[in-house]
Amino acid sequence: MDFFSFLGDNLATFWTYTGFDNITLGHGIMILVGLLFIYLAIAKEFEPMLLIPIGFGILIGNIPFKDAGLKLGIYEEGSVLNILYQGVTSGWYPPLIFLGIGAMTDFSALISNPKLMLIGAAAQFGIFGAYIIALTMGFEPNQAGAIGIIGGADGPTAIFLSSKLAPNLMGAIAISAYSYMALVPVIQPPIMRLLTTKKERLIRMKPPRVVSQTEKILFPIFGLLLTCFLVPSGLPLLGMLFFGNLLKESGVTRRLAETARGPLVDTITMLLGITVGASTQATQFLTWDSVKIFGLGAMSFVIATAAGVLFVKFFNLFMSKDNKINPLIGNAGVSAVPDSARISQVVGLEYDSSNYLLMHAMGPNVAGVIGSAVAAGVLLGFLG
Amino acid sequence: MKHKLITGLSLLFLAFGLQAQRTTSMKINEILVVNEDNFVDDYGSRHSWIELYNASPGTVNVAGCYLTDDLKKPKKYMIPKGDVLTQIKPRQHALFWADGIPSRGTFHLNFTLSPENANFIALFDSDGSTLIDSITVPAGQRADVSYGLIEDGWTQKRLDEELRLNPLYKGGNKLWVYFDDKVNDGRYVTPSSNNRILDTNEKIENFKENDSRGAGMTITAMGVVFSGLLLLFLIFRMIGKIAVYLSHRRVMKSSGLSSEEAKGVAEQSGEVIAAISMAIYEATELHDEEHTILTIKKSASSYSPWSSKIYTLRHTPVKS
Repeated sequence: MDFFSFLGDNLATFWTYTGFDNITLGHGIMILVGLLFIYLAIAKEFEPMLLIPIGFGILIGNIPFKDAGLKLGIYEEGSVLNILYQGVTSGWYPPLIFLGIGAMTDFSALISNPKLMLIGAAAQFGIFGAYIIALTMGFEPNQAGAIGIIGGADGPTAIFLSSKLAPNLMGAIAISAYSYMALVPVIQPPIMRLLTTKKERLIRMKPPRVVSQTEKILFPIFGLLLTCFLVPSGLPLLGMLFFGNLLKESGVTRRLAETARGPLVDTITMLLGITVGASTQATQFLTWDSVKIFGLGAMSFVIATAAGVLFVKFFNLFMSKDNKINPLIGNAGVSAVPDSARISQVVGLEYDSSNYLLMHAMGPNVAGVIGSAVAAGVLLGFLG
Repeated sequence: MKHKLITGLSLLFLAFGLQAQRTTSMKINEILVVNEDNFVDDYGSRHSWIELYNASPGTVNVAGCYLTDDLKKPKKYMIPKGDVLTQIKPRQHALFWADGIPSRGTFHLNFTLSPENANFIALFDSDGSTLIDSITVPAGQRADVSYGLIEDGWTQKRLDEELRLNPLYKGGNKLWVYFDDKVNDGRYVTPSSNNRILDTNEKIENFKENDSRGAGMTITAMGVVFSGLLLLFLIFRMIGKIAVYLSHRRVMKSSGLSSEEAKGVAEQSGEVIAAISMAIYEATELHDEEHTILTIKKSASSYSPWSSKIYTLRHTPVKS
């Protein structure tokens, strides 16, 4: 063999290892999806802190390569990506994110007007509406439960529950949940307008009273004890959420609270986003089940939003004239903190430029986080 | 120094307590007394065997614990230390051969079981006096028929609970049962394996059979979610009322206002208080040094991205 044919053979072998030789149509589609996510994050500012890591993760996960045992792919045991992915598959990233959420959440709006908690509960109908539809579409109960949780509009909860109930669907569920959370500004306003009258949209709510520090400290303690005694399977998520909140409100653990809501939650968000994105390898992800999950995810958001708004209207039937609730905050019960509360504010301002609903909407919004974690605990208890 | 010592000792006791608690989760799970055509050991011989089960969710090391066939000699066979195989994974099994030849290894006991008489078997903790579990296998055991717990690690309390909650439970009402490969009742001799072979997820099958449309799950789960948040609502409504009452009393005491006036002050929202403060500041330009005068003061609350407008009021997506 002369030197040039040796070089030629080597280059030909090298070519078989490149992405160009191994690319399939599926990889191409997923790379386009990843690019779309990045575009939406940068150009439209749809949940950039989630869509940038997930979108880039999709690109990483869909670089095609020859399986030569080099420990490259996220599904290859012992690869770097696989090790980082353990946080998703073992379900310990989501509770750490909840720790950060707890440390950055101000529950004052909820404490000053605790009846708003019930809106957060009503919006969980989205989870079970999707559960019922998923069952009729032929999914197993455990899979239907994991898909339904998309309606909780809470990415960490969706990942946590699907890793326990239906690990094979986790990638599609996580991507679906985060995609629709990013699309909340598109999905929710038409439903809110459709289900409310102009008069209802103009309702002005009483400003929340000032909440004392003692009340703020008691909230995470009672919140943990009550919800976790009722649903112990929600302990990893609720335990961390309320713990983070106690760090914030106690006033004596400022450093810990700042770490939890700053560097810790940022680190975990990056790792979670990039690994969830990378888990969408075309060979694993592009299936009919994924398509169905996306459809069900959209339905669950619609049902959850409608349930929240309609519940407020129903609730108003029993309220005095001065205490009526603006149904535009009903959508905020789907968690997706704080985007859905912001939608209440934006839509409210469209009809009355001096009616600020943000603080009121934060109540059902954070109650939605608690409600979806409780619902996840119930599903895990029944189907896990 | 004294406090540190007490804390250290407490933690030490707690650690010992936890360790003890973990070994106590071991259960004698299945026993085969007459082994004619069943499992063989590493030496190719058949002997009676005793299966232990770790009923806890953590790994348990049984090294140092004792197995015996005589209550008066609880330390008859000490499970040797230093063998990694004595660490039993959560919900897993370990099999001991009652062959009377302990020189054959960690899992070979220094006693045998009698095929004619009843056999008492007990597991003691490493202190040699704490009984973890014991069972008397009735006399007259048949060949290759084992005697074990109806489900791995179950207690009578657990069985009673199952019978109460699940009327369709097919395992029967006896905790200890016979496992016979020749009888087709789903109970097989299962050394180092689950006493009942799980080929389906009962919970899921139950939902498929009784709640195929999901209405039951929806009603139950939504009921739980509403109950949880309703409880929180009731408690915080009560706490809120107490907080408002206390604040009301404080205002009455400090400023000598009447009950009604104080109530009005106590229930003011943060926005109203801020507006009043701002008005006073604008009108009088009072400073913080003055006593008993409502004025502007820098908030002592720690920074939170939650309340930062940069984070909460992002630009609304606009079509270009």
